[in-house]
Amino acid sequence: MWNSFKTDDRLGISAQITTYKAGNDDEIHAYVVRPTGGGQVTGDGQVPGVVLVHHMPGWDEFTQEFAERLGRHGYLVICPDLYCRFGHGTPDDVAAKVRSEGGVHDDSVVADCGAAAQWLRRDGLLSGKVGIIGPCSGGRHALLTASRVRGFDAVVDLWGGGVIMSDDQLTPARPVAPIDYTADLDAPLLGLFGNDDQSPTPAQVDQHEAELQRHGKTFEFHRYDGAGHGFFYYHTPMYRQEQAMDGWEKVFAFFEDHLES
Amino acid sequence: MIAMTAAVTGTGKGANGWFPITRATVGYDHATHSGTEHALLLDFTNYDLGIEARVALELDLESGRALLAQLQSAIEAAEASGVALA
Repeated sequence: MWNSFKTDDRLGISAQITTYKAGNDDEIHAYVVRPTGGGQVTGDGQVPGVVLVHHMPGWDEFTQEFAERLGRHGYLVICPDLYCRFGHGTPDDVAAKVRSEGGVHDDSVVADCGAAAQWLRRDGLLSGKVGIIGPCSGGRHALLTASRVRGFDAVVDLWGGGVIMSDDQLTPARPVAPIDYTADLDAPLLGLFGNDDQSPTPAQVDQHEAELQRHGKTFEFHRYDGAGHGFFYYHTPMYRQEQAMDGWEKVFAFFEDHLES
Repeated sequence: MIAMTAAVTGTGKGANGWFPITRATVGYDHATHSGTEHALLLDFTNYDLGIEARVALELDLESGRALLAQLQSAIEAAEASGVALA
């Protein structure tokens, strides 16, 4: 929880960009955050892990700070640069190139995130359980990965649009709507959504919820009035302080329930 | 994701001066800088010169419509003037 640390805790994080063997055995960049001590690390010196999936604007500074926040709350985090194969530059230049080429392929993202989970499992700091979380397209990709790759213990979809897709919205890079994998979802799901969002719309969130119920999945959805898309984004006008802070509390409570038990 | 591309011929002025443009991408997605949730994203690029060879615009839809109308008008006027090459 926010501000729940003790002032005499010697907590800390180390964070750096590294590379790891991702999908197709490609070596790609990842931002890795490691809790280094204090109340974050349990008696046996290990912590749960989280794969963080960046959003459509790219592997950007917000994403790195998001990873650091998870790290400060006691999670070993790996955040792959899903656009790594498109080249390197400022995040918006890279995202523009990805956009011009029709977007990153869902299969590529799923493979990279699955490999990131395996990377966590090989790390001596991991206590055992692994979650996956992402905002925006990262929420969609987190859901997709937890549906297509076995073994995740929790998944958090933060306002992921494009979970429900009409046939004319399917593209070569996004050939299947994630909702069509609902039967295969292999982890409890937390979803946070703004009721003013247009992608996903409240009606689409309802439709997704109905599909999860139909398949008997474990999930909890929270819908916020007065918020649209991206209400955690403190670097944009989309930020909604009250909803964002409540949302973070729900994320940490969900991970505590499913990754630390 | 909404993104359409066109091969184009022209030049653009970016952070390092003028360079030849080979591709235009028009999208509608999250804005990076304009302060709106979404925007029309216009990118004029030449990836043979590097990922930073890019002139970028973020416009709201109303501005996009105004630009489209005046672009069309300018093309028609140029063609009607007799000085434009086919």
